[in-house]
Amino acid sequence: MYFPISDAHIHPAYLAVIGFLIGVLGGFFGVGGSFIAGPALRAVGLPWNFAIGTDLAHIVGKSVVAAKRHRALGNVDLKLGLIMAGGTIAGAEVGAQFIQMLKRAGNVNLVVSLISIAVYVGISSFMIWESWKTLSQNRARKAKRLKAKIDHSAFGHVALSIQKLHLPPMIELPVSGVKAISLWIILLVAFIGGIFSGFLGGGAGYIRMPAMVYVLGIPTHLAVGTDLFEIILSASYGTFSHAVKGNVDILIALVMNTGAAVGAQIGAISTQYFAGPKIRLFFVPLPLIGAAIVIYTLVTGQKL
Amino acid sequence: MKIDSAKTLRVFLFELAIYAVLVVTYFFFVLHYLGDWLHELALHHHYYYAGLAIVLIVGQAVMLEALTTFLLKLIGGRSE
Repeated sequence: MYFPISDAHIHPAYLAVIGFLIGVLGGFFGVGGSFIAGPALRAVGLPWNFAIGTDLAHIVGKSVVAAKRHRALGNVDLKLGLIMAGGTIAGAEVGAQFIQMLKRAGNVNLVVSLISIAVYVGISSFMIWESWKTLSQNRARKAKRLKAKIDHSAFGHVALSIQKLHLPPMIELPVSGVKAISLWIILLVAFIGGIFSGFLGGGAGYIRMPAMVYVLGIPTHLAVGTDLFEIILSASYGTFSHAVKGNVDILIALVMNTGAAVGAQIGAISTQYFAGPKIRLFFVPLPLIGAAIVIYTLVTGQKL
Repeated sequence: MKIDSAKTLRVFLFELAIYAVLVVTYFFFVLHYLGDWLHELALHHHYYYAGLAIVLIVGQAVMLEALTTFLLKLIGGRSE
């Protein structure tokens, strides 16, 4: 199939299958899936600028489908998502400015690659430790015939301490079960996620979803659904910005979205069959795949 | 349990087949005719193109979500 906007020939079945795979991951983990979509689009000859912009457009569509399904399952905190979207967009602009500064200094590739490897490996290592510890604690509770919390976290005491920090205005998040938390902390978490999004590319769900669980104390299922809702807003902003610059082939994104619509529903429904710690443990390979792609690029000099 | 899994898989594959037919029709009748017009818009009217891109991707997502949910209910209902 010929796509005139990017002047590319790509088989629509290929795009639909890639969309399907990313849809399953996105629906289950609440991530955009740029680490797969970017290389997959590049592999069929799409220029980098189109791969990045088109991927963002596709993320919007996939997140709409997955977030609608999660909302039906009661997994979306609209209030939290709207607040976070503001912080993410501001952070993404700052992250993009960092990139411009590094470009002027002439060492953008090395710095971004090293930081991203450290971040990806750090997140995965922490999540392995936390999920494993939580699952062990749950097994011990069951052995003692105590009621195991459905979404208990071994790191939960840190989130509780953060919720107790009194930095007005304090807000309540009844859907997430948070009685009081500072608005500034939510904005800060979103802002940092946004910086990584602008700095490393993609939606940075691999940072925001764990941060919502461990820092804000949001239950995992709600973090996944709310992150998807938040991604709709922030990725729409990114899509508009890239489309104005001529980096979006919306026809490719529309075809990818046909596969993603099915995949995202499967991913979203599947979350109901797993407890929070297991979802977090399954999440571990995703940042590691991102790290492997960056290491490959550094070693071979070829972008995937 | 095995019977349930087989039934779920059969329903899903049936849904996928119907969905594939609808999507292929959509490719040829909608995307094919939209292509040149969108290309012109992308070249000469950047802001209109950017706005329309968001409307198209969100609109399609809402439509596909409704379609897959409807198919799931329709096939699920009949198979019971």
